[in-house]
Amino acid sequence: MTDTQWPVFEVFHQQARGEPHVHVGSIHAPDAEMALVLAKEQYARRMACVNLWVVPAEAIMATDYEDADIFDHGTDKSYRESTGYQTTKRAKAIGDTAEI
Amino acid sequence: MVYPVQEMPLNDKQGDPGYEENLAAFEARVARGDKVEPGDWMPNDYRQQLIRLIHVHANSEICGALPEGGWIPHAPGFKRKLALVSKVQDEVGHAQLLYRAAETLGKPREEMVEELISGKSKYSNVFHYHAETWADVAVIAWLIDAAAIINQKMMAEGSYGPYSRALKRICYEEAFHLTHGYDMCISLATGSKLQRDMLQDAINRWWKPIMMFHGPSDKESKHTEVLMRWRIKLKSNDAQRQEFLKKYVPKMFNLGLTIPDEWEFRYDEETKEWQYKEPDWDEFLNVVRGNGPASALRLQTRRLAHEEGTWVREALTAAAAGENVPVPVGMN
Repeated sequence: MTDTQWPVFEVFHQQARGEPHVHVGSIHAPDAEMALVLAKEQYARRMACVNLWVVPAEAIMATDYEDADIFDHGTDKSYRESTGYQTTKRAKAIGDTAEI
Repeated sequence: MVYPVQEMPLNDKQGDPGYEENLAAFEARVARGDKVEPGDWMPNDYRQQLIRLIHVHANSEICGALPEGGWIPHAPGFKRKLALVSKVQDEVGHAQLLYRAAETLGKPREEMVEELISGKSKYSNVFHYHAETWADVAVIAWLIDAAAIINQKMMAEGSYGPYSRALKRICYEEAFHLTHGYDMCISLATGSKLQRDMLQDAINRWWKPIMMFHGPSDKESKHTEVLMRWRIKLKSNDAQRQEFLKKYVPKMFNLGLTIPDEWEFRYDEETKEWQYKEPDWDEFLNVVRGNGPASALRLQTRRLAHEEGTWVREALTAAAAGENVPVPVGMN
């Protein structure tokens, strides 16, 4: 054996407690434990890090970019946005000038 | 769809059914500044050009660590040694990031590692030369990293998502290399006569490889046009070289350094550009094909490191499979 093509693990990095884990890249490793060691060397050498996740790449299911239209709104959905209303103006008209 | 995408899109070569339509849509997307992701339709030429570039880039990070690595035991003082160890570790880490980015285009890592060792694939011209003195280490860290940063910042804005993301991380780390390199050069330039002479001597020997670093002149570079249309590359080789010269030649002069006369350097007030004698691009091609002064040594060192690391890879694989971990004779 000259080299190995170990499984790929995706790496997620958390900068501070309370912040989301952010995907930063991927590495090859023989198992999850080793993946954490290598992920620390590859992705947590500089910027602050309090926590790392590694996930076998094959465990991830993703939508297809080709199907990005599934995220489009078929109809006008402004009724579910606060910007879809002119309530500040209407509230003022009935004497309520404080913040909504 | 399973991520990461393994299967390659079809009909990606000229003449294939639907190729022209797909190409037009692809080029329109790229022109808009959209990033291309693994699994997206892309022309086979785009894929192959990127694999070639990223592979050479990754190889250069590995080979770039070799001349510097050799100087770790001889660093003048503990602080310089720590910084150099850290830089070398960064460069090897960058290679790992880049091999991963190239893999997303369908070229296995093992194949890339193997092609470097066997001399089939290329790496940057500057690492085909010996680092003869400590001043060489300083010049590499300052000027070659500066030249590389100009290239990498540009490539980071390129159209391929995984390469672009890897480069943003790499540029962040390279910033320390550049600062430390300049710091080393300032120490030598403001030191004893011996130190100043050593620095000038390093510049004299390294100026040719540095002038060649960004690759053949636009007049000779065969890939530039298509690379720019597909936003793999955003500036021509000559434009990158000029950007480097504009920023760093005044800094070199400020340190009391000179550029060897044979380059006929002069600043053109009208074009606001540096004029110089064109490097010998045949010599450049000969060097990157593996005929530079240190080419054989680099590959020999890389091969040895790979062979000596075999047992570590085998041990990790065995441990992950719950098997007995083999260790080399003499280590058990």
